Amino acid sequence: MEKGMKDHAALAEAFINDEERVDWHDGALWWIRQKRDIASKQIPEWEDLRETASRIKNNVLSNLHDYLLQFEANATLNGIKVHWAADAEEHNAIVYSILKDKDIKQMVKSKSMLTEECHLNEYLIERGVDVINSDLGEYIQQLDNEPPSHIVLPCIHKRKEEIGEIFHEHLGTEKGVSDPTTLTRFARRHLRDVFITRRAALTGVNFAVAETGEYVVCTNEGNADMGAHLSEVQIASMGIEKIIPQKAHLGVFLRLLARSATGQPITIYSSHFKKPREGQEMHLILVDLGRSRQLGRVDFRDSLKCIKCGACMNTCPVYRKSGGLSYHNTIAGPIGAILAPNLDMKKHADLPFASTLCGSCSNVCPVKINIHDQLYQWRQVIVREGYAANTKVLGMKAMAWTLSSPTSYSTLGKAGRWVLNNIPFAVNNKFNPWYKQRDMPDGPKESFDVWYAKNNGHDSEKD
Amino acid sequence: MSSRENILAAVLKNQPPASPLPDIGFLKGNAVDVVAQYSGVFASIGGNVFLVKDLAAVDALIRENFDATKRIITTLPELGNSFELLSATADPHTFDDVEVAVIEAQLAVAENGAVWLPEQRMGQRIVPYICQHLVVVVAAETIVPTLHEAYGQIGLGQYGFGAFIGGPSKTADIEQALVMGAHGPITMTVLILDQVG
Repeated sequence: MEKGMKDHAALAEAFINDEERVDWHDGALWWIRQKRDIASKQIPEWEDLRETASRIKNNVLSNLHDYLLQFEANATLNGIKVHWAADAEEHNAIVYSILKDKDIKQMVKSKSMLTEECHLNEYLIERGVDVINSDLGEYIQQLDNEPPSHIVLPCIHKRKEEIGEIFHEHLGTEKGVSDPTTLTRFARRHLRDVFITRRAALTGVNFAVAETGEYVVCTNEGNADMGAHLSEVQIASMGIEKIIPQKAHLGVFLRLLARSATGQPITIYSSHFKKPREGQEMHLILVDLGRSRQLGRVDFRDSLKCIKCGACMNTCPVYRKSGGLSYHNTIAGPIGAILAPNLDMKKHADLPFASTLCGSCSNVCPVKINIHDQLYQWRQVIVREGYAANTKVLGMKAMAWTLSSPTSYSTLGKAGRWVLNNIPFAVNNKFNPWYKQRDMPDGPKESFDVWYAKNNGHDSEKD
Repeated sequence: MSSRENILAAVLKNQPPASPLPDIGFLKGNAVDVVAQYSGVFASIGGNVFLVKDLAAVDALIRENFDATKRIITTLPELGNSFELLSATADPHTFDDVEVAVIEAQLAVAENGAVWLPEQRMGQRIVPYICQHLVVVVAAETIVPTLHEAYGQIGLGQYGFGAFIGGPSKTADIEQALVMGAHGPITMTVLILDQVG
């Protein structure tokens, strides 16, 4: 953690203070998790699909170099201009230069977590380019000057009354209007004017096919297509891990993606972009931004298999009860917590600890990433590298000393039992982090050693 | 070195030992009554579905269900006498006032309710997205069980753009309340053309 920056627990504190909101947030996400369960159970070969997807991704990671070259060659033949960016700065500079070349000062964007990671909007706005996020949830977050709190459901943490207030303030809807259909219709009319007038559109990429040089963008709203098909310049930004080998593999991933994300049988729009429209320019930016480094981390490379469905977030008891913004990272939840330390281990040292290690995330992952194992492994790396929070390091040191000396263990155990039984207020107070949200137990009357000696002796007598 | 070379070198150095591509040939659906399965799934995702005998019936059905005083466009030459045949060369922005677009899909997928539309069938890429109401005609014999059979038929695909579309545009971004018609069509109707029946 950087000095002065709040960690996950501190950021979650404000969220959990409002118990009613926590219950509602928890319930909303659990409902989506249940929809995922119902959808997955309608496919008898669901587990075979997951296994196949995971093995296709193993093949992708082991041949990524060649697939990237194959994709680049085919995309170029198709008339797509392919760019490469090592980091966020280079990515943003490429986007800006494409726009500048055409003297374009306004762009419409569809959902792309990668450009959020790159802070593209801020970069362009500083250079006089206006950017509008057209996914409704992202649009609401942008109006409210907040990043998305979920990769699939960007404003899942907001109540409709709050959204009504944001629309009233920024778009001039009547005060007090909070009906979702009314608000959505209003945004529809407003954003249609945006789509019609923007000369440039940027989308993310869900899958890029090495064999054909095409890329696939999945949305439910149709915003990626409204932007792309009306623009004269179309830009797609993708992480290099989004490659899949063959077109037929889309059948595997598209069957898994929407069912895992929201329980739908398929996203409403699965758009396959192969060539620019007549008279249109099509650019695609291949972005590394730490992916090649994560590929070299043997224990963590599997995280690059992620297809960004969000299932691990919807099922995570910590995410559901602490809200996505408490993760202080573009990708929140369990998958974000294993991707983030690769980007900046110091800044994100707290995130792998924001988990119960219950394993639910790994169980719902459509590409079978061992998410909870990696969270556990990151904790060890972070402690070893010296990035763990001081309280955790001191606690663990004290624990190690206590457990390595039978005398200190016995003495401290005795002291602990006495404190719990005789002066409970010494531990039941706000200075004890373990007391937060839970009651301290009553101290047992005797130590395990004493109990064992007594009972073992008793058994021996019987023998 | 350029970023391209740096990235490729880092990837080559860091990628794990070769892992073979799994065979996906075993993945296929069950072809029993795909029309019924398609209809059920498409209705469950908020679409309207009708079985029709021929294109004359399509004409009548559209007039019954939509406001024919507004702009209705089609790519089907057989409907050219009733509705405006869409121009492949028009500026895409000029479709902003289209009320209904009637196009024909190459195939449909029973398991997920989606239709496959390569751009040749759309007439123009923007058409199925910008209209207020989308009507897609699908021949019953083109419905396949799953995406695996669909990609088998599409193959590498001779198109610059193509899309699976499975229902009207929708969003649930405001408190998980499902709203049809986020940016694209508010309704989607599939007409299954069953000339045998």
